[in-house]
Amino acid sequence: MEREFNELLKEWTGEQGNVIPLLQKTQEIFSYLPEEAMAEIGKVTGKSSAEIFGVATFYAQFRFEPMGEHIIKVCHGTACHVSSADLLDQTIENELSAVPGKTTEDGLFTIERVACLGCCSLAPVVMIDGEVYGRLTGDKLKKILKKIKGKK
Amino acid sequence: MPEYEIIIGFGSCGIAAGARRAFDIFAEEAEKSSAKISVKPTGCIGACHREPLVGVRESDGKQYLYGEVDEKRAGEIINRHIHGGEVIRDWLVKPDYPYFTKQKKIVLANSGIIDPENMDEYIKVKGYKALKKVLFEMTPEELIEDIKASGLRGRGGAGFPTGLKWGFARNSMGDKKYMICNADEGDPGAFMDRSVLEGDPHAVLEGMIIGAYAIGADEGFIYVRAEYPLAIKRLNIAIAQAKAKGLLGDSIMNSGFSFNVHIKEGAGAFVCGEETALMASIEGKRGMPRLRPPYPAVKGLWGAPTNINNVETLANVPAIIRMGGHVYAETGTEKSKGTKVFALAGKIKRGGMVEVPMGTTLREVIFDIGGGIQGDKKFRAVQLGGPSGGCIPGSLLDTPVDYDSLTSTGAIMGSGGMVVMDESTCMVDVARFFLSFTQNESCGKCTFCRIGTKRMLEILERITMGHGGMEDIDKLEELAVKIKVASLCALGQTAPNPVLTTLKYFREEYEDHILRKKCPAKKCKALIRFKVVPENCTGCTLCVRVCPTGSVHGERRQIHEIDPDLCIKCGLCEEACHFDAIEITTGDIKAGVIS
Repeated sequence: MEREFNELLKEWTGEQGNVIPLLQKTQEIFSYLPEEAMAEIGKVTGKSSAEIFGVATFYAQFRFEPMGEHIIKVCHGTACHVSSADLLDQTIENELSAVPGKTTEDGLFTIERVACLGCCSLAPVVMIDGEVYGRLTGDKLKKILKKIKGKK
Repeated sequence: MPEYEIIIGFGSCGIAAGARRAFDIFAEEAEKSSAKISVKPTGCIGACHREPLVGVRESDGKQYLYGEVDEKRAGEIINRHIHGGEVIRDWLVKPDYPYFTKQKKIVLANSGIIDPENMDEYIKVKGYKALKKVLFEMTPEELIEDIKASGLRGRGGAGFPTGLKWGFARNSMGDKKYMICNADEGDPGAFMDRSVLEGDPHAVLEGMIIGAYAIGADEGFIYVRAEYPLAIKRLNIAIAQAKAKGLLGDSIMNSGFSFNVHIKEGAGAFVCGEETALMASIEGKRGMPRLRPPYPAVKGLWGAPTNINNVETLANVPAIIRMGGHVYAETGTEKSKGTKVFALAGKIKRGGMVEVPMGTTLREVIFDIGGGIQGDKKFRAVQLGGPSGGCIPGSLLDTPVDYDSLTSTGAIMGSGGMVVMDESTCMVDVARFFLSFTQNESCGKCTFCRIGTKRMLEILERITMGHGGMEDIDKLEELAVKIKVASLCALGQTAPNPVLTTLKYFREEYEDHILRKKCPAKKCKALIRFKVVPENCTGCTLCVRVCPTGSVHGERRQIHEIDPDLCIKCGLCEEACHFDAIEITTGDIKAGVIS
């Protein structure tokens, strides 16, 4: 990971507007933004750690803690909201004992609330590891979660 | 030439609905009998409510579109249609389907027809003809005049005339200029841009190159949401293909005009849809808007003159050039020309991507195209323009879809999200929902937007909890006006719209919450109670098993009961019950008891 990160820094040094792509790619490598990595990005972009941290915390995409193995994004867009997306949050809390913004104790799942996944005609939806599951009910989601847990 | 061409809707929605499984089944069959069928993916076909969609094109030109193609149906289509020559009529999405007949497709003309990852297919449908015409037959000034004649206005929401915008950037002095495509579609409930990018990426790219020629830019950026991985992938493919064919890069088609384009992935900030915030984000800063003027056309990205257009605006451009601005202007109303794409969603029977001529009424879109409300419930409101827009009641359903008519209702055209709500939607809760969104997304620069929206949200939360007073309504209205006046960018200026429109059209619902402690839609948890209907309860224990707090109890074959002290009103029991034995009541909780 370290080597990958160093290569990344080399590749992007001197590019105009490189801060956000660097943060994004760093997060891809580590699954979150470690403090030391942000300091390094500051060095190659000529900015202070505070500035880099300021940029990173502005955007919802960046995380400052390690993630679980599976990422569950529960959509809370308008269409999902009026189609009882709350019920999905409740189901996840019941099944995994974790609420949005948190990672389960076993490190298996991280739960996030997102504004809109753009699959409104399939509302309510969740995205698990990049795959969208639509037209959900509490019961359907429960089965999906059980299946993923079962694979372990 | 294969006897059958199978076309599968491979937009994000289609894939989520199971298009990949259908694709695999057809692809496997194609391998077995390669002479007989070929299989290809396409973008969003539009009728999202019938996904996965599969088209069968016969060698004599006949076409059939099948809906809800799961594994079983895919197998049947292969056996009965491909091998048996029988068209399975019951599963067809018929060409006279009212969902399609009232639409007019300019932006979505290729979406769902061509393979978006194959440039030859785009070229076959006159792709890049407009670019050639512009580069060799038109001066930038003539081009701008043609766009002005078309009457095209920005489809991102504000509706600024595109030709005028290009003219400003053209006339701006500077050796270096930038062309930006805004694909940061952040409105919850909107997915038009995603569908266009996934279904016809070359059209957006072609529109962008034409725009760059108009203003004299040699470099451009497409700013896309990171939440749209498939759109990003297809854009990358399109860019590589266009470069390889000399349609992008140095001296395009040997015309001497050069243009290079880069993709920038957004990092999840709604405010970055605002043009100055978007540019700050490309520069690698916090995405905070700044005061205009200077407008981007004068001083934009890295201080250079910059032009920013929305995805749908740019996707219109090649069609306009091909047909001529005056012809394009024949569609639409006096001040709003052409078509508008809407993402029809919510409690609608037939949801999906809809493109209609400007001037079509909301009623035609929702009832004729969309088929009305799911489960034949009562229409309550339609939400347009997302967090910047408003809720329009049934009495205004004959409002035509154009920039000015929609603005006069208190909502806005917006980017095209159209979420239909039925009687189970609480309008106070909807206002609270949007305000919690804008509050969360406020960048914090302007005091009224940062703190004013917070105070408004607190008031709305109070009302939905049953603790509101009538003076709260006055406070909401006062704050709304001040936030609109004292905010720098459109986020703050429009943030109060959902509250103002619901207060204007659904005031009695606010009064029900405040005076009668009642939520007519039975959504606000503090004001509702779950009860078992003894006559309907069969004692099956399903609800007992799903209840997360153990508040439902009862033995098998005995009537169950819900303990109101333990009940958290999550609604899982109601969802689980097959016998309508869980009832929600409201208005029967005494004020003061509400916690």
